[in-house]
Amino acid sequence: MSAGPAALAALAAEFRDLDRRERAELLIEWADRFTEVPPEVATRPFPEAHHVQRCESEAYVWAVDRPDGTLDLHFAVENPQGLSAKAWAAILAETCAGRPPAEIAAIDGDVVFAIFGRDLSMGKGQGLLGMLDLVSRAARQRLVARDAGGPHQ
Amino acid sequence: MRHDVPAEIAARGYARPEVLVTTEWVAAHLDDPAVRIVESNEDPLLYPSGHVPGALEVDWAADLNDPVRRDYLDRAGFERLMSRLGCTPETTVVFYGDKSNWWACYAFWVFQLFGHTRARVMDGGRLKWEREGRPLTREVPLVTPTAYAAPERDDRTLRAFRDQVLEHARAGRPLVDVRSPQEFSGERTHMAEYPQEGVLRGGHIPGARNVPWARATHPEDGTFKPADALRAIYEGEVGLRPDDDVITYCRIGERSSHTWFVLTYLLGYPAVRNYDGSWTEWGNSVGLPIEKDLRP
Repeated sequence: MSAGPAALAALAAEFRDLDRRERAELLIEWADRFTEVPPEVATRPFPEAHHVQRCESEAYVWAVDRPDGTLDLHFAVENPQGLSAKAWAAILAETCAGRPPAEIAAIDGDVVFAIFGRDLSMGKGQGLLGMLDLVSRAARQRLVARDAGGPHQ
Repeated sequence: MRHDVPAEIAARGYARPEVLVTTEWVAAHLDDPAVRIVESNEDPLLYPSGHVPGALEVDWAADLNDPVRRDYLDRAGFERLMSRLGCTPETTVVFYGDKSNWWACYAFWVFQLFGHTRARVMDGGRLKWEREGRPLTREVPLVTPTAYAAPERDDRTLRAFRDQVLEHARAGRPLVDVRSPQEFSGERTHMAEYPQEGVLRGGHIPGARNVPWARATHPEDGTFKPADALRAIYEGEVGLRPDDDVITYCRIGERSSHTWFVLTYLLGYPAVRNYDGSWTEWGNSVGLPIEKDLRP
């Protein structure tokens, strides 16, 4: 499904055989683990460049470089009832932490449906894919900058 | 079932105030066997994370849609749903949910296609209930299934179909597009980095006026604005008249059911239909007229 981080693929496999109730319970546990972007990375009002356009839960995404060239991901979810967005943010933050940009850029959108289920509504799917799009774009920007030999931000 | 309209709702000047109940009313009727509380959300994780005690969930995709074709459940499906919910035709169903009751109004609208008029919406929805510190539980109530005899679904009075909308637009009758200004203008589906949102063309139905659905509510607690404020928006800004034949639409008909609710019940318009095919049908259809100018 994806050449992305192994931890994300393993998690997707864990979700594969769950029924609707089990899937919801596990995702709620992930949502409970969500931590908002720390103030040293971003403070309100969050810049529009980090805003996920298709997400009804008003999500924001940041990628921060580690000295070894790997990344950490941070998120904000402004809708307090945006549990799916919070769960997805926590999953991405944890499974992508300290992974190289090439790996993060290679995450396939199918992983969203593997984790959240194939019966995901169009709107919800768009929002979660939108979060992944911003994550992927940030990772690709690093790759392009490195290919050009310049700084990455 | 009649209920006394709480003073805070009566004061807002709605045409049919009895369609709304307050969180306080719901709290006082948690154990009322004549009342079934139903949560309907955009986010499917919310109900299992905690809900109003005694509430059951209606999921728009799993419970209200036909499992194969793009349509709503039929009479037999509605009867099964009402049986699962433990409802009889005499049960008062009170809907609430996230997003200022956007999905609650959608479920309410589908219930009206089957004539279940004993239906209410909890003003402020889930947000207001939570902010008032009222109890939530993860316990799913056990319900004794009922026998519910429903009529055939009536698609004639509350629902509009593509060809009817085309005729409506050609006749210059009012259309309310409740999507965001970016969706209305067509800007969103054609910007780089944006998806196509399931449609091939962006823009809006010719002649439609844009009133994003959420303008009818207070964002801080999800409650509906008073009738005067609603009239200022729908009549003052975009020129609707109470006797107009109005069609509302959005992307798939969910947001527009919220505006249908506002115009029908809060302002008392007698002829409002929801075009559930909405932009995902119109923007994908060959040869239908589209406007792209930004006219608020």
